[in-house]
Amino acid sequence: MRLPSKLFCLVSATCLGVAVFAPQRASAKNLKVITTLTDLASLTQEVGGDKVDVESLAKGYQDPHFVDPKPSFLLKLRHADLLISVGLELEIGWLPPLITQSGNGNIQPAARGFLDASQFSEILEIPQGAVTRAEGDVHPLGNPHYWLNPDNGRRIAKGIAAKLSEMDPADGAYFQQREQDFEKRLAEADKKWQALMAPYRGRKIVTYHRSWPNFAKHFGLDVIGYIEPRPGIPPTPSHTIELVNLMKRENTKLELIEPYFDVKTPDSIARMAGGKVVVMMPSVGGKPEITDYFKLFDYDIAILTQAFQQTQ
Amino acid sequence: MRQFQVLFTAIILMTCAATAQQPAAVPESGNGSSDVSALEQKIRDLEDRLVALEGQVRQLKAQGPPATPENTVAAATLSSAPSAETQVRTPEEAVRTTASGDNIRLGGAGGAAAKALNPDISVIGDFIGGAGHNPLNPTPAFQMHESEVGLQAIVDPYARADFFISFGETGVNVEEGYITFTALPKGFVAKAGKMRASFGKVNTLHNHVLPWVDRPLVSQNLVGGEDGIDDAGLSVEHIIPAPGKWFLDFTGQTFRGDSADVYTSSNKNDLSVVGHLRGFRDLTDNSNLDLGVSYSRGHNLFGSDFITNLYGVDATYHWKPLRRSIYKSFVGRSEFIWRQQSQPSLNACQTITCPTNTAGGFQRAFGYYASGDFQFARRWLVGGRVDQSDRPFNSHLNDKGGSFVLTYWPSEFAQVRGQYRFTRYANGLDAHEAFLQLQFALGAHGAHPF
Repeated sequence: MRLPSKLFCLVSATCLGVAVFAPQRASAKNLKVITTLTDLASLTQEVGGDKVDVESLAKGYQDPHFVDPKPSFLLKLRHADLLISVGLELEIGWLPPLITQSGNGNIQPAARGFLDASQFSEILEIPQGAVTRAEGDVHPLGNPHYWLNPDNGRRIAKGIAAKLSEMDPADGAYFQQREQDFEKRLAEADKKWQALMAPYRGRKIVTYHRSWPNFAKHFGLDVIGYIEPRPGIPPTPSHTIELVNLMKRENTKLELIEPYFDVKTPDSIARMAGGKVVVMMPSVGGKPEITDYFKLFDYDIAILTQAFQQTQ
Repeated sequence: MRQFQVLFTAIILMTCAATAQQPAAVPESGNGSSDVSALEQKIRDLEDRLVALEGQVRQLKAQGPPATPENTVAAATLSSAPSAETQVRTPEEAVRTTASGDNIRLGGAGGAAAKALNPDISVIGDFIGGAGHNPLNPTPAFQMHESEVGLQAIVDPYARADFFISFGETGVNVEEGYITFTALPKGFVAKAGKMRASFGKVNTLHNHVLPWVDRPLVSQNLVGGEDGIDDAGLSVEHIIPAPGKWFLDFTGQTFRGDSADVYTSSNKNDLSVVGHLRGFRDLTDNSNLDLGVSYSRGHNLFGSDFITNLYGVDATYHWKPLRRSIYKSFVGRSEFIWRQQSQPSLNACQTITCPTNTAGGFQRAFGYYASGDFQFARRWLVGGRVDQSDRPFNSHLNDKGGSFVLTYWPSEFAQVRGQYRFTRYANGLDAHEAFLQLQFALGAHGAHPF
């Protein structure tokens, strides 16, 4: 007994020593905000300006459902004042253990420094009635890809501004002013996007995963099918044939896919149905030039309108 | 449910009232596009308020009806216009009054409210079929090896709790059941309860997240096999500031001192301890290195005066190209473990049966495994493992083995795995075995292991 207890004392002493002598967080005034996705980081930056330090955990070209909960993320989370997540169980496979292990009481669920951005957004595809996994990896709380509608971008920015003002009341006016400025710029940009997309309103498309309902709703596109037979289930030959027939029947040319999906099946569908694969970016940072929320839509709309023109 | 209906009705009425006013407003405002854009702005604001209210309804549903006044007031402040607040409050007050009236149930059957606070429940089934011959460690043709029930929830603003109850074919065992204090000062994370000790890597893993059907020989021989070091006690974890891009983390644990054949607590003071230092570093965005050293010490089955020491070194290399993370990945891992136990000489063994060939003094045993797993398609993983280990009570005897593993995932919630295993036991006995394992998960979506 004597030795183990000695050892345990040593262990405890080491831990305590580490805690006491650990460099204290610099008393910088800026709020340290960590977001799960780059889109939320971009919106936070728009609102927070130079009064916040924002960083995202996932990369923009990564499948947000499957992010490895790497210990290096803990280094970012342990000193965060605010953690903003997409919610609706998008990050359920990786965020909960990171939050638990972060040792940061501020960002635990329901704590002051935890913000679920879905509460501000219009959520589509909320399942009605019983939900089973016979339908694949369904999100029982609704479709989590809601940031791909500029209207939701505006609402999330408003919500983030309210949260930042609550956490840093001294800069409240600054955040509100930046939010209003962002809203104005977004409204102008949206007019431009709507004008570019106007000729293609009502066009039918298929998408790989159910990532685009918000985008489609906002720009008046009609998603008639999915390359995945069920959410999270890879394409099967029989479903692929059905989809090809559907696309031919409905005279649908475009397949929208995310950059993290294999293009082999979409390519062969495109060949069979005489269509075209469009790799759309679902998040900021998907390409190096997509540096913010505006450029995300600029990019997606540019390649989408180009693809529509090519398949007239 | 009624309170939500009331709230929805209120939202719909509010929207109708708002839209009904709009046509009247248009003719009044004489000319110009500025009026149109003002109108557009107004519609946008109304839409936003509607969406914000829907969000609140979702949150209330998620939290369950007992909405505290603080919650509702905080939610109401989201809307900026003062007139909006008065409109919003009315339905919310309705929610509060109906909530207090409707939710009185007898016998703890609190309906939806009670269910909302239930923990996340999951069940993972592990079915194994075995073929081939093993003279030393035979396995049945079919076994429902384990049915693990997980119950996980947040306890209060300061802690969460996790229970994993493992139903074997013959009995039930609390594999883990602990509370985690997540809001301690200075970044400490503490746990209390029964838990798998942080000794190396394999010891911390539940069966269903192992990359193999079985555990390597070194775990079987030196670290307590499938149960491993899994005991009741306390754990403290802290991230240590480290230079460069290193992540350093120390875990110190103390347990009662009863774990499989590794530790035995003959009296109350025979505690065991575990210390683990983990270093992690991202090499690139796509690859990282995870290193660890572990130490554990406790009293062994020979009595309070006899100590077993365990030393371990582990290394894991992950590669996963982020753009194709769901299709391709590689994990290479290895652990080296040394076990040193003090034991009485053969003629001193009176109360217990000493294993044969027991020499007095120290018995030193060593074992390791090295394995690699390559995911070559979205649903397919191929892997191999080599392992060998001395026997703990007779370290002259050394078992060697090798395995080939092929895994297929029909979906994220099911797994089919085949494993061919060759073992050459110390006494010259060979075993060739094939296993087919089916794992399936129900309920709450667990986190993916890393």
